Amino acid sequence: MIKRVSQVLSLVLATLLLSAPVLAIDPQIPFSNAADQVRYEQLTSEIRCLVCQNETIADSTAALAVDLRREVRRMVEEGMTNTEIKGFLVARYGDFVLYRPQFKSTTALLWLAPFLLLVIGGIAFTVVLKRRSMLPKDIDAPLMND
Amino acid sequence: MPKGLKFAFPILAFAALLGFFFIGLFRDPSYIPSPFINQPAPGFDLPRLQANDQRLTLIDMRGNYSLVNVWATWCAGCRQEHEALLSIVADYNMPIYGLNWKDEPAKAKQWLRELGNPYVANGVDVIGTTAIDWGVYGAPETFLLSPDGVVLHKHIGPLTLDIWRTDFMPLMQEQGG
Repeated sequence: MIKRVSQVLSLVLATLLLSAPVLAIDPQIPFSNAADQVRYEQLTSEIRCLVCQNETIADSTAALAVDLRREVRRMVEEGMTNTEIKGFLVARYGDFVLYRPQFKSTTALLWLAPFLLLVIGGIAFTVVLKRRSMLPKDIDAPLMND
Repeated sequence: MPKGLKFAFPILAFAALLGFFFIGLFRDPSYIPSPFINQPAPGFDLPRLQANDQRLTLIDMRGNYSLVNVWATWCAGCRQEHEALLSIVADYNMPIYGLNWKDEPAKAKQWLRELGNPYVANGVDVIGTTAIDWGVYGAPETFLLSPDGVVLHKHIGPLTLDIWRTDFMPLMQEQGG
């Protein structure tokens, strides 16, 4: 019985695994040039679909994502650089369209905040350690006075 | 360091964090500010819905304040705002140009026959490239253009007369005529 169940389960699993390519969201034919294909895949996985904001346009089935993929494909085919393609999108949709926005005055806080917090934490940590080291060694010993 | 401050610091830091979260509660994450505000309007050159052999371009929109309204028959919010668009034309004499986005022209024409036509003219953008040039990500969206073609404001979502009065009208100086 258990053997039977495991057989069925493995069959189901195998079917699921094999069917993955059928579920591909982007039905476009691949680029003839492998480098362009890689570039296209990298770009689309870094561009936010603005309708379904936590998805990239590579993952989304929204109509806007289809259109944006088409535009990115066109620009890759036309030989535009990654910077130019991202610039095209930022000019129209703002920095939010990129998952990794460029470093500039409006995004500086976003990029630097983690390091800033790390520095603050580090300072607090060393201050506490310093204080500790200045305390008498046998801190657990009962206090005589007071 | 006085003893009180030592305890106050983490509490203050926590309060600041809570402050950020609290403000975040009231922000609409689907609102994405347009980079075109106070910039010249992006290119617009599309076949007209009613006279397919003619083009609708930015030049047609010059000379007056105008609205560019992104709509489609598949868009529920567009039906919701339709009455408001009709009133803005009737009561405020405002020219509205339509960007009919990823729609079927036959359906769009039928919609205008049934619900009334607030538009001076419509540009048909079947594949959505002009919409991308305008940074459109969801209909309805409405842009306010100055007489010399500068984008003064963008509203995302259904327009109402209240929004029109509070967000659009103050941006327009006395309009001759």
